[in-house]
Amino acid sequence: MKIHEYQGKEIFRKYGVPTPKGILALSPNEAEAAAKELGTPVVVVKAQIHAGGRGKGGGVKLAKSPAEAKDLAKQMLGMKLKTIQTGPEGQTVHKVYIEEGLAIGQELYLGVTLDRATSRITFMASREGGVEIEEVAEKHPEKILREAVDPAVGFSDFQGRKLAFGLGLTGPTVNKFVQFCSSLYKMYVETDAALVEINPLVILKDGGVVALDAKVNFDENALYRHKDLLEYRDLAEEEPRETQAKEWDLAYIALDGNIGCMVNGAGLAMATMDTIKLVGGAPANFLDVGGGASKEKVTAAFKLILADPAVKAVLVNIFGGIMKCDVIAEGIIAAAKEVQLKVPLVVRLEGTNVEKGKELLRNSGLAITPADNLRQAAEKAVAAIK
Amino acid sequence: MSILVNENTKVVCQGITGSAGSFHSKQMLEYGTKLVAGVTPGKGGTDFEGKVPVYNTVADAVKQAGANTSVIFVPPPFAADSIMEAADAGISLIITITEGIPVNDMVRAKRYLQGKPGVRLIGPNCPGVITPGAKCKIGIMPGHIHKPGRIGVVSRSGTLTYEAVHQLTQLGLGQSTAVGIGGDPVNGTDFVDVLKLFNADPETDAVIMIGEIGGDAEERGAEYVAREFTKPIAGFIAGQSAPPGKRMGHAGAIISGGKGTASEKMKAMEAAGFLMAASPAELGTTLQEALKRGAPKKR
Repeated sequence: MKIHEYQGKEIFRKYGVPTPKGILALSPNEAEAAAKELGTPVVVVKAQIHAGGRGKGGGVKLAKSPAEAKDLAKQMLGMKLKTIQTGPEGQTVHKVYIEEGLAIGQELYLGVTLDRATSRITFMASREGGVEIEEVAEKHPEKILREAVDPAVGFSDFQGRKLAFGLGLTGPTVNKFVQFCSSLYKMYVETDAALVEINPLVILKDGGVVALDAKVNFDENALYRHKDLLEYRDLAEEEPRETQAKEWDLAYIALDGNIGCMVNGAGLAMATMDTIKLVGGAPANFLDVGGGASKEKVTAAFKLILADPAVKAVLVNIFGGIMKCDVIAEGIIAAAKEVQLKVPLVVRLEGTNVEKGKELLRNSGLAITPADNLRQAAEKAVAAIK
Repeated sequence: MSILVNENTKVVCQGITGSAGSFHSKQMLEYGTKLVAGVTPGKGGTDFEGKVPVYNTVADAVKQAGANTSVIFVPPPFAADSIMEAADAGISLIITITEGIPVNDMVRAKRYLQGKPGVRLIGPNCPGVITPGAKCKIGIMPGHIHKPGRIGVVSRSGTLTYEAVHQLTQLGLGQSTAVGIGGDPVNGTDFVDVLKLFNADPETDAVIMIGEIGGDAEERGAEYVAREFTKPIAGFIAGQSAPPGKRMGHAGAIISGGKGTASEKMKAMEAAGFLMAASPAELGTTLQEALKRGAPKKR
């Protein structure tokens, strides 16, 4: 689950991770009042959307007076902010965050996430802060310092010192940085974060260490034990169909094509999309109905697929392991009737109780095109559109 | 022979009285798996289906029923704890089917396993392991699509593994062992581990490895194959058409910053000596081709 920068910083403060003072504003007037309250000669007006790359997209600007903050907020609120992470359509800005201006000495990068290769939570730090860190990682991997944390011991001070000296920090800043990292690790573990990225982390002219940005994602599998974090969820930032899918525990991702797909298992779902592409079609979505789909779940999946006006045909590909094919067939039939299916439907069933399932489809009276294998199914779906 | 599981595998099912656990325990018994015990805390002393004793702890199942392998269906909040319990009890192979275990729980469980040499974890979030020749099915795969034989199957995905097995069986190519390693970011056994086992297994003639976008497990598998693997090998990567930055269901299947793309993985595997299937409809036939072509040449 993604959250906004201002929310991430709220959590940072709870754990003693230093951040600039900031106030959320939902209107230009609130932005002006916030700038007055902060009282620094310069404030920063920051658009709050879930995508990164806001600075380059025009979503982070300096204001030298409360009036200017108001003007900037007016420009940003309601605008479609386009960044490298939003896609060409951009994302609407509903909130701005007004932050005090600070005397910045140096900009660094600090990221914390799981390293799959070692199965350890790993700190990554670089002197190349404020820029595209992926680019640094690709071209100059040696410029990124890494420290893997032993989960049995937690983040140790020596690891913080290794990073600090590696970054070229000196004097009292070293210990401030160590403290910063240890608080951040505590927060990461206690909130079940999946990613914390601070770009830039700044060293102030007075030697202080402050998180100027906060990109925080949480592990969705652990949200059951963090009911308080659920309040941070912002539905306005999510694709409505993807939100609806989550309610049914379906994994759905909208794509650009016109063949709706319903598949069980993420791997097979991707393989089905791949096959559609290979035979000259374009998938309208990724949809994994998961392991134990009920009739109701299959119906919900159908509705979801058909809610996309671009869908001109539906391809169902189920390899029943946990799921029995006859249950799937019943779900397909019930759903097709309930939603009054008007587009061609190609179904490929395989696995447990496959014969029973095929028979149910045959006798359903519905115009369902059966397919015996993956390639045939994709070809039939593509042909149905032409 | 086979890898991981065979005639001597005695299985305890952790979470045997839950809905998934009981359904699949029945299926495993029907297939012929030696399911010797179940564990559900608080239900010790009862039995499952009148034939499998249920114990309160894995330690009891090991001591009293001689279990040496565990299959875990315990719900996600308690699954990592169950993995550690199995390791502590002396189980040498722990197969975790449970999907949705918090990542940090797995980070800790994996750290715990590092102190237990000789314990192997498969999964979590995987379909399990099956050796058709030994009538040993541990997991959720449909048994009837498998056939005893000499092809090794290893995959990160569940249903796509079935697809591969099904295609092989239809071509008359039976399987020595099929292993689903799972798609979670922290898992116990990776491609390299399984490939090593297949390489050493005299009853496996060739292997098909099925990967997905995201992470670098496939690249590491390819490195190993280039270095040491001596048998014909075919491969496939799912997600060739997936747009970057989107999480495709499995926590593993996400591409970020150009890393872990299908084309990168396919290139690495091809260079290592894999014969790559262009489409998932050609998994079986590609393995057939690989068999004809023979083992990859060593550089």
